[in-house]
Formats: sequence, structure tokens, C-alpha cells
Amino acid sequence: MNAEILFEFVINVLSMGSLYALISLGLVFVFGICQLVNYAYGEYITVSGYVLYFLGVFTNLPWPVVFLLGILAGVAIGFFSELVAFRPFRERSLDALLVTSFAVSIILQRLFQLGISPRSKAVPVPAFFNLNIQLFGVITPLRNLLIIGTTIVLLTVLVLIMKYTTLGIAMRGASENFVTARLMGVPANLMISAAFIISGLLAGVVAIFWSARTGSVEPMMGGTPLLIGFIAVVIGGMHSLPGSVLGGYVYAFISNVLSLTLPSSLLSFRDAFMFAIVIAFLVLKPEGLLRGNYQEERVG
Amino acid sequence: MNNNPVLQISDLYVAYGSILALHGVCMEVHKGELVSICGVNGAGKSTVLKAIAGVLKPRSGSIRFKGKEVAGYKPEQLHKMGMALVPEGREIFPSLTVEENLRIGAYGRRLDKSFAADLEDLFNLFPILKERYHQAGGLLSGGEQQMLAIARGLISKPDLLMLDEPSLGLSPALVDQIFELIIELKSRNITILLVEQNAQRALAIADRAYLFANGRVEYSGQPQELMGNVDITSVYLGHNGGDV
Repeated sequence: MNAEILFEFVINVLSMGSLYALISLGLVFVFGICQLVNYAYGEYITVSGYVLYFLGVFTNLPWPVVFLLGILAGVAIGFFSELVAFRPFRERSLDALLVTSFAVSIILQRLFQLGISPRSKAVPVPAFFNLNIQLFGVITPLRNLLIIGTTIVLLTVLVLIMKYTTLGIAMRGASENFVTARLMGVPANLMISAAFIISGLLAGVVAIFWSARTGSVEPMMGGTPLLIGFIAVVIGGMHSLPGSVLGGYVYAFISNVLSLTLPSSLLSFRDAFMFAIVIAFLVLKPEGLLRGNYQEERVG
Repeated sequence: MNNNPVLQISDLYVAYGSILALHGVCMEVHKGELVSICGVNGAGKSTVLKAIAGVLKPRSGSIRFKGKEVAGYKPEQLHKMGMALVPEGREIFPSLTVEENLRIGAYGRRLDKSFAADLEDLFNLFPILKERYHQAGGLLSGGEQQMLAIARGLISKPDLLMLDEPSLGLSPALVDQIFELIIELKSRNITILLVEQNAQRALAIADRAYLFANGRVEYSGQPQELMGNVDITSVYLGHNGGDV
């Protein structure tokens, strides 16, 4: 393998892995705090995607403003879906929450279909996103480097928040032992709202790069990133924030290795190989690469 | 003893699903008192603490804290009002450092000079926590974890400190240390409600005691009377009045 192919491989793994890491991190933030596997998470990405579409097509707002509003849309849908849909059922059972997340997901999908269009809409992407640049002899679109940079910045900010702010420390405590955190005065509602807000923010950032890659939004687009998030989380660990990030990168690594090494006759079965590896993880290392310190089921 | 108890419980019923765990419990704790709750496993000792702290919602009855009816309040509200429960099994946050565990214990407090002073004071009580300040709580020994759990309760300066089985699972030497600590806290005029299976030790330091059996208060009064009553000790506390 020559240096250029290796370097191209590294950029592919890092850019794809960064996107996957952000996706799975958004899932695990909510799961960590309230043990909810949020099936509506994919639709948070879709909501942001449609906001990017509408603002990009029907306004002349500058790109930074469009991106910011797209991310804010993710934050808003995360926050309000928790407030309106999840909070009323929170004290019932985890099953009720899970079913609620299916309901939120389906309701949003149908709203997009009926209210916007069942067909996909082209999302305008700033020209610099697709600018091909040459780096060490490898040609890659600038967005691949932007997602890596964005992820580094976002992860740094999140680590600082989780490590040094009272809110972040409380969230880490609550994700290890929710009841005890409440006994120490940590408000349940604040923790859960914060988790959904961060989850929505990550969905908003993901939406920018996802729609830039696919070039469009459509009502059912949330399914694929949701699946990617699940796989990354299975690999990395459901109870660990660093684990979910690691899972995203490992997933991208395995996926790229498969693309490179599979003979062309088998390349169309790449996903099947990927799922076989995921099943192997479930059997051999069901807790994921990083275990985390989850203790007990939350109450109320 | 004044007439306004810090905590006053009357006719409290608590159920786990359809199974009634507390049947009309009445009790009170006054300012500065150390009150012990004794009884065998399943008598309802921990249940009453959980109900007081808001973890379990009472089916009926009244819980008054500092004169206010608080039955059905959330745990975080009660903590804000001045309650602190040191839960059974310590329940420290294992991947968080000692410092971070204490920061959560101080949730809602400003991290100002008075906080720093209280922290310094806690380090005098628990020198080991200063040594281990930046270590993960999960790496501490059982005794150290219990110290941390108690310190985490104290850092909020509670008006009522509830300790649920603080000596559970500790070596005899550490049990001695924990009870010395409780005596020290009492001498600082901290109001304490102590749940212990180790009845002999708990009664020896208590101002008053409640004996629980089958979710009811079977006896309440002076610990000496309780200890002196052969029928009670043999029936409810085991022959030598404790299981250690």
C-alpha cells in the first residue's frame, strides 16, 4: 500500500468516523440520562435538514446564519419533543417511553410527507463544502476536513462542559445513578432537558454534513443515521460517552477496511459483512468496547 | 426539646406496588437529636427513609419537614429544603472523582469562600478524602466510600442528616470509626436520623429510638429502656441486641 492510499484511507476513516461519532454521541447522551433508546433521534436530523433546505432555498441568509438556525432547529425539536411527548410518560415505565419515541418518530415522518413533500428536496450546500483540495497528494472535498475539525471543536467543548461545569458533573453523576443524584439536589427535569438539548444540537450539526454528503433531504432520511448510531453504540458501548465516540470511529474504520479489502464481487455485500461484525460484537462484547459505570435503573 | 420537630411523620403508609411496606408509622425528630431506627431486615427502616427523602411516594399520611407538609415532594426539592440522605450501600458515583462527588453533594450551593471553608472542615473530619481528592470514587475502599458518602451528605449543610445503614459491610475497626464519627457529628449539633441493623451500637449513641417490625413502630422511647427490655431485644433485635 503506498502512502497516498494510506493517507486517503485515514482521511476517509476520520471524516466518516467523525460524523458517525457525533451521531452516536447524540443517542448516548439521552440514553445515559434516562435509559431511553430514542428512535425519534433520526427525525431530529431530518427537522434540521428541512430547516437548512427552506432557509437555503427561500432566503438569502448567509451560510453561517443558515447553519446556526439549522442547529437551533435540532436543539428546539430535541427540547420540545422531550417536554411535550416524553415528560408526561417518564414516571410510567421505560417501555412507555420507548413506544413514545416510536410515535414521535412516525408522527414527524408523516408531517414531513404531508406538510412538505414525500419526495426528496435538494439542499443547497455552500460551494466551499465541495471544493476539492489537495493534501499530501490526495484529493478530497473540503467538507471531509470540515467535519473532522468541527468534531474536534465540539468534542473539546463537550469534554470541558462535562468535566468542569456543575451541570456537566451533575449529568455524569445522574447517568451513573439517577436517584442518588436527585437525592443530592440535582433536578431530574434539568438533567433530562439538558440531555435532549445536547442530543438535538448534535443532530443539527450532523444534519449539515449529512445533507451536504447526500445533497438532499427527504421525510425518511433519519433512518440511516439512526441505524449508524445504533451500530456505533453497539461497538463502542451504550453506557459510555467516550465509548460512543470510539464506536463511531471504529465503525468507520471497519467499513473502510471492508471497502478496500473485499473483492469487487463481494463489495455489494459490504453491509452484510458489517452486520456480521456487529452481531459478533453483540455476542462477544455485548457491553461494547468501553463499559461505563452505569448502576441502576432510574426511577421517576 | 422544643415543640417544633424538624421532622414529624404521622400515620404514614407506603406501598411497593400492592404490597404495603409501612402501616401507619408515626415518628418525630427534634433539632439536634440523634434518633435511631432499629429492626430486622424488611422491618421498613430503609423504606421510611426513602419516603422521607422523596424517593418513594407515600400512599397516605403526613410528613412535615421544618413545619411544612412535604409528602409527595421530589427528592431534589427536599434536598434544597435541607434534607440529606446518605443512602444504603453508599451509592457514590464510581467514575467521578472524590472532588466531583462532593461537587454534586454541594449541588445548588455556590462554590464560594464558605464552601471552601466547609470543605476544609470536612477534610479535618475525613483526612483520607483530601488524600484521594482527585481519585475516582470507585477506586476507594469500602470504608473510604462510606466516608465520602457521609461527606457528600454533609457538604450541603443539611438540617436533617439521614444515614441508612452506614456500618453495613465494614470491618469492625471501620464500624468503630463510623460510630465515632456519628458521635462527633452529634456533638456538632447536627440533627441525625440513623437507620442501623447494628442495634446495640445504634442504641448506645442515640437520644431516642424507634423499633420497627413488619412496617410498624413497635416501640419508641429511650434507648436504655429498649436495651433493658429482655422481651423486646430477644424478639426484635436478636438475643444480644444486634447482629454484629
